[in-house]
Amino acid sequence: MQPLVSMHGINKAFSGVPALQSASLEVAPGEVHGLIGQNGAGKSTFIKVLTGVYRRDAGTVQFDGHDSTVTCPRDAQATGIATIYQELNLVPLRSVTENVTLGYEPKRMGVLIDWPKAHRRTREILSRFGIDIDVRAPLGSYSTAIQQLVAIARAVSLDAKLVIMDEPTSSLDANEVETLFGVIRGLRDAGVSVLYVSHFLDELFAVCDRVTIMRDGQTVGTRNIGETSKLGLIADMLGRNPEDIEAAGMTEFGGGQAKLGEILLEAKGVSTGNRLLEFDLTVHRGEIVGLGGLLGAGRTEAARAIFGVDALTKGAMTFKGAPSAPANPSDAINEGIGFLTEDRKAEGIVPDMSVRENLTLALLPKLTKNGQIDRAQEKELVEGYIKSLGIKTADMDQPIRELSGGNQQKVLLARWLATEPDLLILDEPTRGVDVGAKLEIQAIIRDYVDKGFGVVLISSEFEELVEGADRIVVLQDGYSVSELQNPGITENALVKAIAHHYEREAAE
Amino acid sequence: MNAQTLRQNGGVVALIAILLFNAAFTPNFLQLQTLFVNISQVATIAIVAMGMTLVIATGGIDLSVGAIMALSGAMAPLIFQSEFGTAYPALGLTAAFVFPLIVACMCGLFNGALISVLRVQPIIATLILFISGRGIAQVLTNGNLQTFKNPAFSYLGTGKVLGLPFQGWLALAIAVVLFWVVKRTSFGRYLLAVGGNEKAAQLSGGPVKTVKIGAYVICAFLSGIAGLIVVAINSASDAARNGNLMELDAIAAAVVGGALLQGGRAPIFGAILGAIIIQLVKYTLLANGVEDEVALIAKAFIIVLAVYVQQARKE
Repeated sequence: MQPLVSMHGINKAFSGVPALQSASLEVAPGEVHGLIGQNGAGKSTFIKVLTGVYRRDAGTVQFDGHDSTVTCPRDAQATGIATIYQELNLVPLRSVTENVTLGYEPKRMGVLIDWPKAHRRTREILSRFGIDIDVRAPLGSYSTAIQQLVAIARAVSLDAKLVIMDEPTSSLDANEVETLFGVIRGLRDAGVSVLYVSHFLDELFAVCDRVTIMRDGQTVGTRNIGETSKLGLIADMLGRNPEDIEAAGMTEFGGGQAKLGEILLEAKGVSTGNRLLEFDLTVHRGEIVGLGGLLGAGRTEAARAIFGVDALTKGAMTFKGAPSAPANPSDAINEGIGFLTEDRKAEGIVPDMSVRENLTLALLPKLTKNGQIDRAQEKELVEGYIKSLGIKTADMDQPIRELSGGNQQKVLLARWLATEPDLLILDEPTRGVDVGAKLEIQAIIRDYVDKGFGVVLISSEFEELVEGADRIVVLQDGYSVSELQNPGITENALVKAIAHHYEREAAE
Repeated sequence: MNAQTLRQNGGVVALIAILLFNAAFTPNFLQLQTLFVNISQVATIAIVAMGMTLVIATGGIDLSVGAIMALSGAMAPLIFQSEFGTAYPALGLTAAFVFPLIVACMCGLFNGALISVLRVQPIIATLILFISGRGIAQVLTNGNLQTFKNPAFSYLGTGKVLGLPFQGWLALAIAVVLFWVVKRTSFGRYLLAVGGNEKAAQLSGGPVKTVKIGAYVICAFLSGIAGLIVVAINSASDAARNGNLMELDAIAAAVVGGALLQGGRAPIFGAILGAIIIQLVKYTLLANGVEDEVALIAKAFIIVLAVYVQQARKE
């Protein structure tokens, strides 16, 4: 059968540095095709060549049997390629209807928008995804997950022949992922192809027919999903032998050590409003405490409370034996707390600043003498972290936005390690990071804890929590509801704890 | 020269082009007098543009600079011509510098507090003083033109050091200090971080409010200085005209100099370059008999060009 998409010998370089080297890809009609690779392998660049965001330096692109003449995303949409990017491209203040129909509004008398029809069509489109919401409400008033599904709904509604999804599940919970998979299977049955980019290998096995693996800007190969294994894919991505990886284990956390130090942080009955209602937590020195729970259970809110971002409305905390009530992040940092935030782009990096400036941002007060930054000390420190964390950057003055996601994350991790906090809160530290960097980051965290510091680990990946945390505190609807102790936690036990319905006292 | 370097050095290329054009076509351009006139004119724009650059670096904007110039400019002659000022000339002169600048700083504090504490949009917050500042200045002077003869004060606008206008040196000195502040101090680092990603700066313990207020105070302080210079040049204070439309020149100079309106960049010497280009274009057109109104259109064209060059950085 003639492939829907056929890309061959694609080259693309950015200011002389090759991002793609004779990369190729073929997607059959009505196929769900996975695209995987480490960060920096060239997946995003590859997709952007296909959708006309970037112009290729060499190679051929055929779409639906014709040479593709796509030169901009709008062209791509017109030829039947719809893309859902990692970062949502929606307008939060406008209504759901406006977002779904933007640029394709049904018109009356040529100029006026036919609102009743627009609302009706939007409701129809969303109902195919099992979403029933008020389409007149601003999109921003819904959760990230709903917004993501709306983005997908919009893309699909534009009569696409190919839907490209770049990490579509990174902010969805398990149920929503299932809904999405249902939608993807529905698309496939309707003859629409899906190009599915993801770091989550489980998802590929759940939904893809074939997978193309990329490494260092080149296509390593395409595998039928039924004929490969998770280990095989990881080996392809890393360019290693499957046997070696198996021997080393999937993650290097290896949790469950029992040599606990004194109590570092204690939170009792903490609340910061309606997202975090009653939260208890104890962290000892030398311990990684995981926070488990579904999206919106209050995990990030708990971290924000400890770090002084949100003010406490109830409850109290002690840190290092003294009462702790940081009024802002700066207080918390002075007390010895660090917080690696979940949203790297919105709350982490300062994109135009260099690796050096990003790395030392939280440390500035300590690097400053009489208002002036000690440049020699700064350089030495940054050099040290680039080396010890294996950050891949041309030099320390390269803008951080030019680094791959995994390396940006390492810089941010270094930002906090450099402040030498007693307690480090990590919110999804390995999200959107490739397997190699993930293992490295996990090893760094374990190393840090072994020095006698404490870590609070938030992760939506059950595997990471189960293998990484010494203890897991489970949250539900803003309450800490139960606690699991390693060794002995299994993924099933964690899922059970998260899903279990806890009765709350009538007084609440 | 490839497109990349042309974009990065567009300002310098434009400056050289203007200079060559003038050398060829403008009568008497290559005279020392021309240099003096332009330096004394450009200094005020440059000084204000540098302050504006800091404010723009935080992602803000300051419309009140011209009004603050008028206010500080109106106060100075009132002080040194007062009974106290004439009785104690040295003290009066000092006070004529210090008080207007203190008031200017308080204007900046007002702007900054509205923006960072009450979270008013910068364009609205600074509109308040844009409107009322000049009004206060006119009330102070009863709307009269104040002329004076005070050589010591006028040195600020007419003095020469090493043969070049004093205010040119002053602008240069301010540039060096601000360049150091941006590049080497934690205030400068936080300034760029706040403009580049305010949330990230705050979550990294950055003193976001203080930094923003600081930028507006510095900008107002520099506007105050510029206001005094204009009064010193003219030996007269006209509250209605001092600093009129300066906010536009300053924003234009900052943008031409490479400041990004969304924040995160503070090219101090770029602001000076931008000010020089704007001044030279104005001068070129006037010296060649083009009318003032047309010069305004040319200025607008330069801004469009500068913004276009900035946008073309993609890909």
